[in-house]
Amino acid sequence: MRILCCIKRVPAPGAKINVAADGCSVDAAHLGFTTSPHEECAVEEAVQITERGGGEVTVLTLGSVEAGEQLRYAASVGAHHGVLVASDGSSWDPQRTARALTTAIESLEADSGTFDLILFGNESADSGGFQVGVRVACALGRAIVNGVKGIELLERKGEVEGKGQSEGKGEGEARLRARREIEGGFEVYEFGLPAVLGIKEGINLPRYPTMRGRLASKKLQITTLELDCVAGGQKLRRLHRPAETVSETSILGQGDTGVAAAVDVIEGLGLM
Amino acid sequence: MLLVLIEHDRGVLGEPALEALTFGRSLAAKMNAACHGLMIGADESAAQQAAAQVGAHGATQLYTVQHEVLSDFGPEAWGESLAQVITALQPAAVLACGSERGNEVMAQAAARLDLPFAANCIDINPSDDLAGEGDAAGGGEGAGGSWAVTRIQWGGSLLEDADLVTVAPDAAALFSCGLHTVVSAPLDSLDPSLGPPEIQPVSVQLDAELSRTVVRERVVLESGVTLPTAPVVVGGGRGVGSADGFAALEELAELLGGRVGCSRAVTNNGWRPHSDQVGQTGTRIAPDLYIAAGISGAVQHWVGAMASKHILAVNTDPEANMVTKADWAVIGDLHEVIPAITAEIRRRKG
Repeated sequence: MRILCCIKRVPAPGAKINVAADGCSVDAAHLGFTTSPHEECAVEEAVQITERGGGEVTVLTLGSVEAGEQLRYAASVGAHHGVLVASDGSSWDPQRTARALTTAIESLEADSGTFDLILFGNESADSGGFQVGVRVACALGRAIVNGVKGIELLERKGEVEGKGQSEGKGEGEARLRARREIEGGFEVYEFGLPAVLGIKEGINLPRYPTMRGRLASKKLQITTLELDCVAGGQKLRRLHRPAETVSETSILGQGDTGVAAAVDVIEGLGLM
Repeated sequence: MLLVLIEHDRGVLGEPALEALTFGRSLAAKMNAACHGLMIGADESAAQQAAAQVGAHGATQLYTVQHEVLSDFGPEAWGESLAQVITALQPAAVLACGSERGNEVMAQAAARLDLPFAANCIDINPSDDLAGEGDAAGGGEGAGGSWAVTRIQWGGSLLEDADLVTVAPDAAALFSCGLHTVVSAPLDSLDPSLGPPEIQPVSVQLDAELSRTVVRERVVLESGVTLPTAPVVVGGGRGVGSADGFAALEELAELLGGRVGCSRAVTNNGWRPHSDQVGQTGTRIAPDLYIAAGISGAVQHWVGAMASKHILAVNTDPEANMVTKADWAVIGDLHEVIPAITAEIRRRKG
């Protein structure tokens, strides 16, 4: 199984994000960087799949040279190859990003064969465009489902079960089942490979790198691709913070002294 | 014309449909254009049932698309249908709710038409002042395919002002509106006298291959109150200290007919399943009361909890973000305060 994970370097989630003086970018001065959370889970899922059934995991990112850190991190938790699509580090719009990733994937596949599975994060933690994975899948003509929180790879069906479709092929098509959450449960999709999935955090709990993994990741050979694509129609003008809702917090008490007042609040809201 | 994608699940309209219609009504007014609705995969009776609600939001036409591939939701089949409807009807703009399905279908349609798509907008305006964009002047419905939008980044903790320019001047622009930025409009702001829209089928040609990503089955794990719909959520953070520590929160939640939620630190420690996580990468909640116990209130968590109508924080740190953002706070150890609240409620209930 050949799996590609497309990841993005983003400021660590949880931190307060400040806008830089240019008004169009994030002030990175005091920020740590990480892999966008959904994508960290995508890498973990890919590594688990290859640990179970064999294969190789390639991670690809579009970004500045610093994004190599995230490729090395992925290698430290089990990814085998790293590809950097080099940009100037500025924020590319979703259409331009998708065009560049599609071109990169086509070039990688021309060299070493089709990826059975391409994993994206459902959306990036920062710009949250909700579309790059879908655009790439459409350009490649492959099925994609977003919001995936469970993957089950099905055994290749033999001719017996394969509703006559496997005519002339030695074996049936490899398929997967993907789960996504809906209110109170989940819905299931099933389709053939090669395919693309948008992964959501919660599909697994990503591992921490081992010392051995860290050492191995230092030796990762990063393939760098230089390519540019025409810009799309979404043009960033300005980033700004939403107006903060200032709330007057009423302190009901310290410890036990606040309990009766807290229950008054609950009762007052008609929730008892 | 503004086309609003009306999200439904096997014919039943949900909150996303109402959010999109509410947002669409004001956007159509700004565009000085008609507002039309679209239900993909809805049969005649489903459209009839939805018609009153759609009409009360000011939509004068309701288009339906039916095809054997559209037997249930499927992102590719819905996206291709939307793309074909856009090509046939040439709306100036298309709006959907920024829900999981809404964003996915819009991305599919945008990819198929190679049009830009701005996800999770909180403000959309036809723009007539884009310098150097050729024939962009005009305003109103003939805005020449250029729009000024404000959209959500970082789950809502940062906003982006962007221009959305379609390559062909008369091509449609695709937007989704931000989740929970428009709560369903109070009924009195709607106009039931507007009457139902005219229902009009639109035909599409769908390749059988598109059925590959149609929902195969649904599995219901729980019925009744769920985290996004619970009237009370009792949330626990790092301060709970362990998986066992959540027992007291469970007890209080059960007593109030609510659900337990948690922060990302908790799921990262493996104390609770990810399905309980409230936050940017988890579930967004909107309860009447959020009781946040031992939660510092990092941005990642806050964006998932900020739609709560009231917040009661329990924390040892009076400076914690969650305490300063709450309506009420009890300063103290949640391991003492939460069981004491449970006991007091029991006592009053008698």
